[in-house]
Amino acid sequence: MKELQHIERFEIRLSGTGGQGLITLGRVLGHSLALGHGYNVTQTQSYGPEARGGSSRADVVISSSAISFPKTENLDLLIALSQPACNAYYRFLKRGGVLLVDSELVQHAPTNQFIGLPFTKLAKDKIGNELTLNTIVLGAVTHLLSFAEPRIMRKSLEEILPPKIQALNIKAFNLGLREAKRHLGDAPMIWQTAAENGVEEEMEGFED
Amino acid sequence: MAHRRRRKRKEIFAQGNEAVAQGALLAGCTFYAGYPITPSTEIMEIMAQRLPRTEDGVFLQMEDEIASMGAAIGASLTGRKAMTATSGPGFSLKQELIGYACMVEAPMVIVNVMRGGPSTGLPTSPAQGDVQMARWGTHGDHPIIVLSASTVPECLEMTVVAFNMAEKYRTPVILLIDEVTAHTREKISIPFEDELEVLSRMQPAVPPEWFKPYAEAARGVPAMAAIGQGYRCHVTGLTHDQMGYPTSRPDEVNEFMTRLFRKIDNYYHDVLIVDEYQLEDAEYAVVAYGCVARSAHHAVDQARARGHKVGLLTLKTLFPFARPAVEKLCMQCEHILVPEMNMGQISREVKRVNNGRTRIRTLNRVDGQIITPSEILKAIL
Repeated sequence: MKELQHIERFEIRLSGTGGQGLITLGRVLGHSLALGHGYNVTQTQSYGPEARGGSSRADVVISSSAISFPKTENLDLLIALSQPACNAYYRFLKRGGVLLVDSELVQHAPTNQFIGLPFTKLAKDKIGNELTLNTIVLGAVTHLLSFAEPRIMRKSLEEILPPKIQALNIKAFNLGLREAKRHLGDAPMIWQTAAENGVEEEMEGFED
Repeated sequence: MAHRRRRKRKEIFAQGNEAVAQGALLAGCTFYAGYPITPSTEIMEIMAQRLPRTEDGVFLQMEDEIASMGAAIGASLTGRKAMTATSGPGFSLKQELIGYACMVEAPMVIVNVMRGGPSTGLPTSPAQGDVQMARWGTHGDHPIIVLSASTVPECLEMTVVAFNMAEKYRTPVILLIDEVTAHTREKISIPFEDELEVLSRMQPAVPPEWFKPYAEAARGVPAMAAIGQGYRCHVTGLTHDQMGYPTSRPDEVNEFMTRLFRKIDNYYHDVLIVDEYQLEDAEYAVVAYGCVARSAHHAVDQARARGHKVGLLTLKTLFPFARPAVEKLCMQCEHILVPEMNMGQISREVKRVNNGRTRIRTLNRVDGQIITPSEILKAIL
């Protein structure tokens, strides 16, 4: 097994609408990074009292050392799968953080420094099942995170999901990984660009 | 030397609620009665799955929270380790029977996963508004043990402690957690059964005809015979004598009431559990519990990194109140900060213990959001 990369504290927020499977996505991501990869992980969630609809989000914190505060304050990676979620949480993104959106559902990003893929459209057109949206996002996120191993992610999907939907989700995961590689570019480049923009913003004195 | 097989504990990525259920099963819980309510429902779901698969495990979904409490008391009297779990509105309903459990000295564990209140309030948001209610919610003067947990591993650990204290002191024990702790997922390793200390109630040491069900056996606690064992069991919510029959004779009433308090008050060294972090040289202390203790832990680390002598006292036992540990801080520190997700339910206790010695500051939040490390840091610096 590869030696674990050292992570100080890495905060991810998965946000969107109830029913998009964000809490399941957070659970799979957390399960894999904690048990498969071996990091310290906390996963928390926030949802409304409604049975469906409303806003929904899951937060994942990853660290090589013990995690005291389980929620997020300064996001390294914000995933917004709806316009309201993007508007509400963009301000929690730290300088040098990356914003990943569903490019069909988020039409007006609050910044021009963001990356996007049409996750919902991909789920409908390429997989033929809109519910696989969250697994496609997981594929893209795995591409973005240098410390995440696609092989371990696939194994975790198999551990958590019921057998009859595993094949479909592995397909969705691979699609997300592939699309991210093709359209978003190399992961280190994405983070470097974000970091440079963060520095620039700081110099120009922009707050938001 | 005996050959020791190296064992690997099973690791799971689980919620606080799942850890509570795991802890209950490890502590020997064989009876659960409940009525589902967010954010405690997962405890009930797991007990519903797991209990029927254990030897003589019983799971009941009752018609409401009052009945659940009654069923758990009944099960406890038949010798079982019983539990029920709920949240604010259900906890209100359970109050009268919590008093009954205190009166008949029925060991059991009541888990309250706190959410925003009063009334239906914020069903899916965290709060710490039921702290004083856990202490004083039921009528009449009574002692009670209230525990809390702030992390997923602690949820498992404190549930086992709750069962042990319930059995040891023959009292209902309340485990107060909050929505954040209940729904946070973390890695926990499940201890093997022989790694844990599991206590059970004291059994009668005399034949049935000599047995006095409410006579002190040891430490102020009477031995407890299970209904159906052949021992006389008379159970009543009326104040009773050593035989369990109603009495209003002042001497008998006084003896009963003082024993009820004494059995817990004399064992503070065992009952009061706190965690001290960076307190040795602290000039500024934070006193916290539940999920806020995690924020405080983070804030203390940040403050220390900037050279401030800050420490944290985490209360794992909320009641009886950890007077000795807090008193020490009141003498040692120049400031004490009590952050909590209510308008000041534990800070009230800290101020009472402080008695004017040092400066007590509060940080309160009642909007359904956790107090963040940066808010605590801002209050400290």
